[in-house]
Order: sequence, then C-alpha cells, then structure tokens
Amino acid sequence: MVKLNVNGKTVEVDAEPSTPLLWVLREHVGLTGTKFGCGVAQCGACTVHLDGVAVRSCVLPVAAVGADQKVVTIEGLSKDSSHPVQQAWLDLDVPQCGYCQSGQIMAVAALLKEKPQPTDDEINEAITNICRCGTYNRIRAGVKQAAGVKQA
Amino acid sequence: MQVAEVSRRQFLATTGSAAGAFTFGFAVPFAGAAQAAEAAPEVNAWVIIQPDDTVVIRISRMEMGQGTLTGLAQLVAEELDADWSKVTTEYPTPGENLARKRVWGDFGTAGSRGIRSSTQYVREGGAAARLMLVQAAAAEWKVPAAECTTVRGVISHNLSGRSTTYGRVAAAAAKLPVPQKPALKDPKNWTIAGQSMKRLHQAGKVNGSQVYSIDHKMPGMLNAAIRDCPIWGGKLKSFDASAAQGMRGVKKVVQIDNAVVVVADTWWRAKTALEAVKIEYDPGPHGNLDSRAIDAMLTEGLTAKEAFLGNKNGDIDAAIQGAAKTIEATYSVPYQNHAPMEPMNATALVTADKCEVWTATQNAEAALATASAASGLPLNRCDVHRIDLGGGFGRRATSQDFVEQAVKIAKTMPGTPVKLIWSREEDQLHGCYHPITKCKMTGALDKDGNLVGLRMRISGQSILATIRPQALDKGRDPIVFQGLNAAGPEAQIGYTIPNLLVDHAMRNTPVRPGFWRGVNNNQNAIYLECFMDELAHAAGADPLEFRRRLMKNHPKHLAVLNAVAEQGGWGKPAPKGVFRGLAQHMGYGSYVAACAEVSVSDQGQVKVHRIVAATDCGHAVNPRQIAGQIEGSFAYGLGAAMLQQITLKDGQVVEKNFDTYNCIRMADMPAVDSIIMPSGGFWGGVGEPTIFVAAPAVLNAIFAATGKRVRDMPLKNHDLRKA
Repeated sequence: MVKLNVNGKTVEVDAEPSTPLLWVLREHVGLTGTKFGCGVAQCGACTVHLDGVAVRSCVLPVAAVGADQKVVTIEGLSKDSSHPVQQAWLDLDVPQCGYCQSGQIMAVAALLKEKPQPTDDEINEAITNICRCGTYNRIRAGVKQAAGVKQA
Repeated sequence: MQVAEVSRRQFLATTGSAAGAFTFGFAVPFAGAAQAAEAAPEVNAWVIIQPDDTVVIRISRMEMGQGTLTGLAQLVAEELDADWSKVTTEYPTPGENLARKRVWGDFGTAGSRGIRSSTQYVREGGAAARLMLVQAAAAEWKVPAAECTTVRGVISHNLSGRSTTYGRVAAAAAKLPVPQKPALKDPKNWTIAGQSMKRLHQAGKVNGSQVYSIDHKMPGMLNAAIRDCPIWGGKLKSFDASAAQGMRGVKKVVQIDNAVVVVADTWWRAKTALEAVKIEYDPGPHGNLDSRAIDAMLTEGLTAKEAFLGNKNGDIDAAIQGAAKTIEATYSVPYQNHAPMEPMNATALVTADKCEVWTATQNAEAALATASAASGLPLNRCDVHRIDLGGGFGRRATSQDFVEQAVKIAKTMPGTPVKLIWSREEDQLHGCYHPITKCKMTGALDKDGNLVGLRMRISGQSILATIRPQALDKGRDPIVFQGLNAAGPEAQIGYTIPNLLVDHAMRNTPVRPGFWRGVNNNQNAIYLECFMDELAHAAGADPLEFRRRLMKNHPKHLAVLNAVAEQGGWGKPAPKGVFRGLAQHMGYGSYVAACAEVSVSDQGQVKVHRIVAATDCGHAVNPRQIAGQIEGSFAYGLGAAMLQQITLKDGQVVEKNFDTYNCIRMADMPAVDSIIMPSGGFWGGVGEPTIFVAAPAVLNAIFAATGKRVRDMPLKNHDLRKA
C-alpha cells in the first residue's frame, strides 16, 4: 500500500511503486481531472502540484512521492473554482476543448505563486504545456488577469 | 478583435452541404418506423422546456473545442426567444436519430460545416417551438396567438395584461402539431445569435469535473491497452504473452485483427503487461517503405503525362512559350498527424443482444455503423453515447477505428464494459495523416510583369482514394483542388488568370491519409500564395498590387486581403528588423486573408510577432468564438508549417511522441488581430478557413526578411542563418 496526501486528505492506494502518480490519481484515487496526454513529460496535461511546485505526474513514480508531501490536483486547487486563475479562465473564456486546461491552470497557479507578476518572458519560460486548440493568447491574458496586471 | 459593421442581407436558405462540398456524413439506412420514447417535456425535437423554465436544446453536431455547440444553441435560442441564462444542451444519440428518421439530420462534424449546414433546420426548430408555446398560452387565455409576444422565455398578452412562462405552457405546447417552415428572423434583429456569448459548459473545464471519454467510468469496467501492427500493410505474425498473463491485474490477452490487446483492471497495468508481450510481425509488401521512396514517387508525378484536371483556362503551353519571363518552383508539404490532446479511446459494452459505446467522435453515425459491423448486431440494437472531444481536428471524423477495436475487444467479454485507451505512440503510429504532396509551379509573365499564365501540377496522395473511394469521380479526387476551383460557393480561386492549368498526378501510398484541419486547402494555399509572392518579386511588383491586378473579378477575396493589408500596415514602415508577408484563400465557404509580421535573427531564429487576420464568413454567429478559432487555427497551422513532419522508415512512422513531433507552444505564439467582417447573404465555416493563410503569410514574410525561399515544409529543416 502507498500512502499519499492528495488535496489535503490522506489516501492509501494499492498500486505498484513504479506506477506514475498520474495513473494512481486517475485509477486508484478516482480523480480524473488530471489528464493523460503523452506519457513522456512533453505536453504537461498531467501537471499537478507537489509541495506547491508544478510537476508532470505522468513520469513521476508514486514511490518517489513521500506520504508527507502535499499533492494538489485541479480538483483541489479551490473548493469552488474561486482560485484567481480559474476565475480568469472563466472570465476570458479560455478553454476550447479544455482537455489540456487542468494542466495549464496548475502550471500557471504554480508560476504565480513563485512570481506573482511574471513578465512575458517568464510566462514563456514557465508555461510550456501543449494546447492543440491553440488557446495560448487567452492563456497569457489569463495569467496577467490572475496576476492583477492591467490589460493594455 | 473587431467586428465590422455591415448590413446583413436577408438570409438565403442554404440547407445541406453547399455545392462543391464533399459530404463527410456517413449515411445509415433508416430503421423503419421505430417508435421513439418521447421525453415528457419535449416541445419538439430540438427544444425541451422543463417546468422550472430550463430550456434544453438538442445538439446534433459535436463539440470539440470549436464552439459549435454554443453557436447552435444560440441559433435555436434566438428563434425561440429564450432566456439565454436558462439554456442548456443535450446530445441525442445516433440510435435515437435513426429511430426518429434522422430528425436531427447529419451528426457529422467536419469540413467546418457544424453550423453553416444546419442553420436552416435548427433555427426552424427554435421558431416552431416558439409558435407552439405561444399557441398553447393563447389557447389557455382564449385570445388570438397573433396578439401574444415573447421576450426571454415569457409570453405576454398585453391587451389583457396576462403573462406566463415557457415552462408553464410547455406540456400543453408539446401536444400541438409542429408548424412547418416557420418564418425566421432577419439576422439584423438577432440579440442572442451574432453576440459574443460565453461558451456553454465551461465550468467543468476549469475544475476538473468535465468528463471526457477517457474519463468515462462504469461499474465493473475493465481497461484495455493495444498495440496494432505498426507497419503499413503488415500483419501480426505471432505473439508470446506468457510473461504478461501472470502480471497483476491482467484479465486477458487477446488478438484483435493485427493488434495485441491486454485487458486489465487498470489501464496502467494493461499497458505495463502489453510491454511484456513479445510480438512478431510479418512486414508485408511495404516493409522497406521510407520517405525517400515516397518522395521519388511524388517527384516522378510532377512531370508525368497523365493527370486529373482541376481547373483550366486558355492555353497554358502557348502562354509559357510566349512569355517574356517564366518562373518555376517546386514545393512540398509532408505527412502530419492530428495529435489531439486526448488520445483515441472508447468504452464498449456488448451483450448477446445489445452493443453500447461511449466515445468522443466527430461522426457518431459512422461510429454507430462501425459498432454494428464490429459487434455483428443490427443498427437498432446498437447505440453510441456522445462525449465532448478532447480535440478532433478531423482525426475522429476520418476513421472510427478506435470504436471498432473497443467493440471487438468487448465482444470477447460479453457483459463487461471495457475502456480502450491508445497510448500517444499508438496515436502517432496509426494516424490518418494530412496527405503528402509536392507541387511544381510555373508562371508566365509578360513584358509588363503581368501574370499571363500559371501551371500548377500537384503530385501526391488522395485522401478519398483511401478513405472514401466511392466518392472519387472516375478516379479523380475533387477535393484535391480545394481553393483552386474555377467556380462554386465552397472553395474558389481568388484570381483571374488568362491561361491556367491545375492538375493532379495521384500518387498513393499505403500510409493512411485523413481529413486534417483545413485539409487540402493548407498545401494549396502555401503553393499558390507563396508562388504569387515569388511571381510578384520576379515581376518587380509589390505583392499586394500584383495580386490586386488579378482579383478584380473576386471582390470578396479582395476585401479580406485589403482589410489585412490596411490593418497590418502594408506599405508602411515596419518596426526595425520586422518584415511582412501576405496571403489570401477561400475555403469552406469563407474568405480569409492574413498579414504576418516576422523577424529572423542572424542565428536563423524565426519570430512571428503578429498576424492580422480577416475572415468573411457570411454570418458571424459568435464573434468571440470566431476570434478563438482564428487564433487556434494559426497555432495549429503554424505548428505544422514550422515543426511537424511525419516520416517513414521500414514501413512505419518514425515520430512516435511529442519529443520528435513537436507542437507550437506559448513562446512561439504570435499576437493575433482578428477582423471579422461578415458580409451577409451566405454562411461560411470558421473552424478551419483561417488556418490556410497562416503558413504562407509567414513564409512570405521570412522571404522578405532573409531573401530565402522556404519551399519544403517544415521550416525546422531549413538553415536561415545569415550567410
């Protein structure tokens, strides 16, 4: 059994230690908001927070996650979609198909925690998740809105 | 974003696919006079109104990020005079559609047709429901229906001071006959349609609660991982599953056609066990196929005698012979994969007398037919439950192979629901790729630099020859010539050239092609618009002026080109180091143009700063969603032109994941200024058209910046460093 702290709750799962955190979350914990995109940490659809830092959970064996480390998924970012990033996403109608947006939102939330007022270059460097619908410009606007930066 | 103020002319009825359009829909035979179970508060097929005034609008087309669901709901709600804040939607199943004699029409969602080819009947559905609700209220009040008015879901009879809500009279209205051919509103009076409404159903996309097909769960459900033969035309020879059989969670290892499948309690365990299966393939006739051989075959086609005619005008040979100057260039566009973020997947449950599928598909009627064939059960014993797509881009319209596999797997385990999920590698190896083509362009200029002749020989793969051979016209694939046609409302060339010859040497390969966002317009626009730029430079003319001389008979093409030239600052100084390029094209009934601003560093690094884009889509149902489609199509098109190439080696695809098949990301995305200028009188698509012009506008700007002509995609293969 593997013990994890997910979204503030302790959960015990019967998964092999090599199982990626992504699949433990999706198939053992039952949280499917975190998405499978590539399995090789290229696309970022699987981004979650590990102790507040954005990580790509598709290549992170669950054995590497300590029982005392805090895993936060999109379901745990806020109780009621009230996180400023979620609010900005709704306000600017960011998602198209939406499949990558859990990962995008988690990546952005982690960035804003570290850099509350990121520059465009810092956004480019930190937000490297793939969106095949091409919502990048609205994501950028969403980052700035969530950061409280006035839009030109 | 700006929305041009234009007078919207009276709507012209254009049901069905426009002339020249290819019908992507998969026709299924009617199931006879099957009686459908009527949902209680259904006013008519399109509108359900619940007692609490919630308006449920039925949606026939699929939502995959392009906003069609919201747009269709707006069109129905407009005619219904609904309260938009009370509108929600539901998807009827293809089984229900069949049982009700296809009352909801075609479910196929491709070719940018989702809205434009259903506008008439969905609006009539809303208008008829409104008349029925008014009739029910008027009957209750014993007043003439004509004296009643409707505003935001409330019916009023001002003469008697009475009013009621749709919810209160819906049950009575549902018993009334459905009026045929009700009058529709003039689009200039729209208050819901034509407005930048936010998308419906966005909440679940920001908190993880939206259930995609890959998230679908059922009691007792098992999970399947698959490895299909990766060699085109190859076969599964043998496999040894002994190591996999005993692995934890594994329930079954099974062969489905040329694929090995592991079914387990979780998908990760199924995938892990699949990797332990030793598989041998018979490579078949194409085991040595590689990109070099395909290129040689296409190169031969560039000068082959036999070719299918696309567009012809005057005498091209005489024009070339008599030209003051001739210019020649050969271009190429490689295979590209769709790679939607959500890998292919489907859940199937098969019993002795029923087959049900839950999946993300762009064509649920084709999925239904596939489920029936794969299960061996008649159509009326099968159904497909539609789930919003995590991206489609044509992949989930071209083939329902993932449905076929899921049903065949589930058939081996009757009564147990099985969810099949492809790995990303499986998705890359078994795509329906944007077809590979090359093109030889020859232009003839007279002594004054006018274009007097254009010869365009396309050599390469036909999508229809493989995917829908029954749609070929005496062997000719008509959609190869998208955007190059002489006439028609769908995809007409924007230039009048006195001597013109466009033809196609069809050169097919065993690699499966497919409809890829923009389809054949993409390479045709690159070929034609980049070569126009070459001709303009050869003629010593400004590329805008050079085009304008050929566009006098094409006012709509010209209008969008002029719009981007003006807003893009064409002919005015650009910021230091920034260069501009233009392109225009027509497809899926819409006229589009782009002006790109690009800089190229001394080290050869390309930066696309901004693209000004214009679209005349006839009527704009939701300008904000259209702006989203313009931006998104640019990301998709630029990603392909700059980064994406599927190559072949030993009969199989080389690029197996995003590490070798990269996509445009945040840092590469240009600013996009959208000019939405609907001129009225027709309905054009918006999901695809703007993709056509992104790549050629950028390539022309790169030439302006470097003097280097990139003619073979993708851009990543070229060295643009300063010499």
